[in-house]
Amino acid sequence: MSAIEPIATTEERRKTSELREVLRHLVRNRGAIIGLVIIGIFVIAAVLAPILATHSPTQTSLSTRLRPPGEGHLLGTDELGRDMYSRMLYGGRISLSIGIISVFIGAIFGIPIGAISGYYGGKLDIITQRLIDIMIAFPGILLAIVVVTVLGVGVENVMIATGIASVPVYARLVRGSVLTIKEQSYVAAARAAGLGDMRIIFGHILPNCLAPVIVQSTFQVATSILWAAGLGFLGLGAQAPTPEWGAILSNGRGYIRTAHHLTTFPGLAILFMVLGFNLLGDGLRDALDPKTR
Amino acid sequence: MYQYIARRLLLTIPVVVGVSLLVFAMIRLIPGDPARAMAGVNATPEFIEQTRLRLGLDQPLYVQYGQFAANLLRGDLGNSVFSGRPVTQEIAERFPRTLLLATVALLISTTLGVAAGVISATRRNSIFDNLSMFLALIGVAAPVFWMALMLQLLFSVQLRWLPATGIGTVAHIVLPAITLGMSSAALMARITRSSMLDVLRQEYITTARSKGLAERVVVHKHALKNALIPVVTVLGLQFGTLLGGAVLTETVFSWPGVGRLLVDSILRRDYPVVQGTVMLLAFTFVIINLVVDVLYAVLDPRIHYQAGSGE
Repeated sequence: MSAIEPIATTEERRKTSELREVLRHLVRNRGAIIGLVIIGIFVIAAVLAPILATHSPTQTSLSTRLRPPGEGHLLGTDELGRDMYSRMLYGGRISLSIGIISVFIGAIFGIPIGAISGYYGGKLDIITQRLIDIMIAFPGILLAIVVVTVLGVGVENVMIATGIASVPVYARLVRGSVLTIKEQSYVAAARAAGLGDMRIIFGHILPNCLAPVIVQSTFQVATSILWAAGLGFLGLGAQAPTPEWGAILSNGRGYIRTAHHLTTFPGLAILFMVLGFNLLGDGLRDALDPKTR
Repeated sequence: MYQYIARRLLLTIPVVVGVSLLVFAMIRLIPGDPARAMAGVNATPEFIEQTRLRLGLDQPLYVQYGQFAANLLRGDLGNSVFSGRPVTQEIAERFPRTLLLATVALLISTTLGVAAGVISATRRNSIFDNLSMFLALIGVAAPVFWMALMLQLLFSVQLRWLPATGIGTVAHIVLPAITLGMSSAALMARITRSSMLDVLRQEYITTARSKGLAERVVVHKHALKNALIPVVTVLGLQFGTLLGGAVLTETVFSWPGVGRLLVDSILRRDYPVVQGTVMLLAFTFVIINLVVDVLYAVLDPRIHYQAGSGE
């Protein structure tokens, strides 16, 4: 080691040891590991979909309609003879990207709104909180339905819709954290050092409310996937021939008595993907919370 | 306390106005001509023009909103493009059915969830605990419309115990209500369990036990009451989730409530009905939250002290 190499500051050392501590608790959490494995499998399947797929996800073949799972078609075929296994692989890409992008949209708008609202307080806070109240007045999937009604159907609009529906979640969460953190002495110190409000908010306060945001984001990916599948099922999401799981399931409804693999597989896929993110979220919450570790 | 309730009531007004503004804006934000949207897909150019004049769409926006709000206060939401009947009449027929479904679902989920949560907490790490927490994980993760189809397949197609769709008898509500309440039950089981475990660690529980009270009395009399506080706080929120979820459940079970009406109307581009149902669902949720908050203030005296300090 050369003499000029900078020595880690106490701050950096504290951060790495904390990260190591969190990781240590995470790998000891059985649920979190199962969740990570499930997510990992889905991510690999989604990334390698073009290689893993045995057929085109949209190629119809009327001579092989409604085949049960088995030879030639691992998970059978649908009412238009399309290979279910290949459709499921590509569907995973859609669900994962909807989940992640919508959470990104929700966070990118919700976090600054919550942070600024909580930091400045006063009239600005009152106004933003009432606006958030209005968004929260639309229960569950309803806000996403309203947005889709305006924007129209399709995968991109579903991402925007579920993203907008996630904004109030982040705004509320971050505002709450900022309200407590802004009273800390290091924030007062930063202010005394003459730092601007924006540098204090984004450089000193937000990094310290990252833990709940990460946990919430994991759960929110799961919720967005469920909402998007719900929209697809109602015919308000991805449109034919896009192999979106909710839409595949909806198509399969008509054949539930004769070919229930059309509803079973997409349902199980949604369930496992959501379960994976929920398990990871539970594990992260326990690992990041000093009280439970 | 009255001050808190008054404040809470006042806070509801901007939300109600905001929701109505949003719903008003919704139709105008749809790309294209709102008159065409409101007149329906197959409308003639003359009819579109008539609609434009009738709805005052040639007026400035603030005049239009004033008219919209005035009509809303009179209970006039316009007519359905599809059936031609007043939107209020369409909704009034179906709304009680959605309320019934959501209420039964809430009752089922609360009963099941609280019972499972309490048993799990008192027999921590037992087979029952592990099994019910596993089911709770599945219950939260399973898409409600898929669960609906699977239950239909099992109980209606295979076993022929319950009707798959429609309304009329008590048997008709069983499957839709269970499906709708499933994820709420799972959530409440998890909340009850962790809250109960927290409470059972408290000193007053140790005191109660050391007085020689039976474990049953300790759990039911001393612990449960306090453990249920977090459960009660999510009840209002859960009812909202159920109203939202009704949109999916009603579609699968052909339950003729407002949720299904909403989806059908969106697909038919029957925007006056869409506006009406969206507004109704949002207002219902707002009112339920208001009632829950007020009840909470009445039940928990600690709330009043926080009344002045924001939420």
